[in-house]
Amino acid sequence: MKFLRDALDKTKSHFEKGKKFEKFYYIFESIDTLMFTPKETTHAKGVQIRDAVDMKRMMMTVIIAMIPCLLFGIWNVGQQHFIALGQQAEFLDIILIGAMKVVPIIAVSYIVGLGIEFTFSVFRQHPINEGFLVTGMLIPLVLPATIPLWQVALATAFAVIIGKEAFGGTGMNILNVALTARAFLYFAYPSQISGEVWTFIGDNAQAVAGFSGATPLALGADAVANGTNMMTSMSSFGEGWYDNIYSFSNMFFGFMPGSIGETSTLMCLIGAFILIATGVGSWKIIFSVFAGAYGMGLILNGFGANPFMDMPAHYHLVIGGLAFGAVFMASDPVTAAQTETGKWIYGFGIGMLTVVIRVLNPAYPEGIMLAILFFNVFAPLIDFYVVKANKKRRLQRATV
Amino acid sequence: MELINIGIRSIFIENMIFAYFLGMCSFLAVSKKVSTAIGLGAAVIFVLTITTPVNWLLQEYVLKEGGLTWLGASFAEVNLEFLQFIMFIAVIAAMVQLVEMIIEKFSPSLYGTLGIFLPLIAVNCAILGSSLFMVQKDYNLSEATVFGFGSGIGWMLAIVALAAIREKLKYSNVPDGLKGLGITMIITGLMGIAFKSFIGIAI
Repeated sequence: MKFLRDALDKTKSHFEKGKKFEKFYYIFESIDTLMFTPKETTHAKGVQIRDAVDMKRMMMTVIIAMIPCLLFGIWNVGQQHFIALGQQAEFLDIILIGAMKVVPIIAVSYIVGLGIEFTFSVFRQHPINEGFLVTGMLIPLVLPATIPLWQVALATAFAVIIGKEAFGGTGMNILNVALTARAFLYFAYPSQISGEVWTFIGDNAQAVAGFSGATPLALGADAVANGTNMMTSMSSFGEGWYDNIYSFSNMFFGFMPGSIGETSTLMCLIGAFILIATGVGSWKIIFSVFAGAYGMGLILNGFGANPFMDMPAHYHLVIGGLAFGAVFMASDPVTAAQTETGKWIYGFGIGMLTVVIRVLNPAYPEGIMLAILFFNVFAPLIDFYVVKANKKRRLQRATV
Repeated sequence: MELINIGIRSIFIENMIFAYFLGMCSFLAVSKKVSTAIGLGAAVIFVLTITTPVNWLLQEYVLKEGGLTWLGASFAEVNLEFLQFIMFIAVIAAMVQLVEMIIEKFSPSLYGTLGIFLPLIAVNCAILGSSLFMVQKDYNLSEATVFGFGSGIGWMLAIVALAAIREKLKYSNVPDGLKGLGITMIITGLMGIAFKSFIGIAI
């Protein structure tokens, strides 16, 4: 450690103002502060609030909260592979297959994203934040494991340049960067990202008899189209090769096909616990997204116009990416509503719109991505009205 | 049910701005402040809700082939559709004049901030577009009214959301070349992606 510190201190002089590598100062700084705690502290005079938490530590907390989802995702990728082939496998084999698929996606997302970030920091002279470490981890977790790597690179580049750097970098974007990447792929290359999602490595002939990679949401869309009962089609799905794959508990734990990080509601809740306990994520948003989805599910149960509407409302909370989106995307402090009342409105809106898109929109099986993007757009407006109402209330109180 | 469907379609799915790119000029120019945007949005809703049914009546009883039959059997073959654009524009211009007078009377401050863009509503493509779509889609009178009103709501929703985002953009650090209109175009595109969530919804 001492050796590293010395090496950094020695090279530092080359990057200071007026020196040869002045342009690359922020790259140097980001590497330095990533490895060691920054030396600069707030002055003792003239500051009211002092806290050890800075952006760096906040972002690292988010990454720690994502690790359960990531590890489970890696395991689940391998597990689904062996289920599809109808084989029993050792724990290590499962992890190996999963890592083989997931690690390259993460690597591509980090290399492309950080490359762009570094380039912009040199040309625009803005500091590099740890924001991308979070985004670069979120992007792989919301993609299916079979996504071609060049698409990952393309989507990451689009999201970082158009979604973030055009606005000035971390903390200044209006749409969630990871979801911008996913939405880009979703509309540009729909066949790789939707429909029968990833299942296994190898060709179709190797799969076990009767195998299908349909997700519960795809079954829901089927139910709407063909009028089959949603509950019976979910309970009979997987017969012969993996019984009860879509039972409630199985979906809660996440032993099912889906995007890499989103399948397990349990792991997302662990992440939510870490975020809420450390105060990084807003419990109001996370809770109200779940509540909104459940409430809308109940309302639609009341109508019951198509078989998907009849599905018990609590199933909406465990299928698809609702939990992952609620915990890691909706609560993103940059793009969410900033006011306390606004957070409730924002969260409920996302939850309700998600279920509406799932059930009523045959074009899109999953709604959480678009629901969050939609409310990202309206978050500033929600804030505007909450602040305005607050001003009005206080003015009234003042004049009385 | 059909009316609700048309309403939802015109607000979210066939949004004048995000689906047809109509009315972009004032959308980009008057979206710097939320309060101004609301004023212009309300004016657009008002004008759209009135002009679309009025133009429907005009189209149905004057312009379209056989529309003048109520004057007498000899008019059954008269087809005035070549006058469509100019008549529609005349109705819109008259309505805008009316709105202008109302706003000037009741809210001089809004009149001042809207400035040149108020008379420009007359040539706002969203408004003429709504009238033309209404003809193209063969709506009846009540459907046309709902369609006009919905288009107005959709347009207002878009411009108010954009204005709120642009107010928030004060805290961003946009590259020099993109400041102003450039970043607004990018935001509009990103908003378009978000609005795609409704495509396909039918009740």
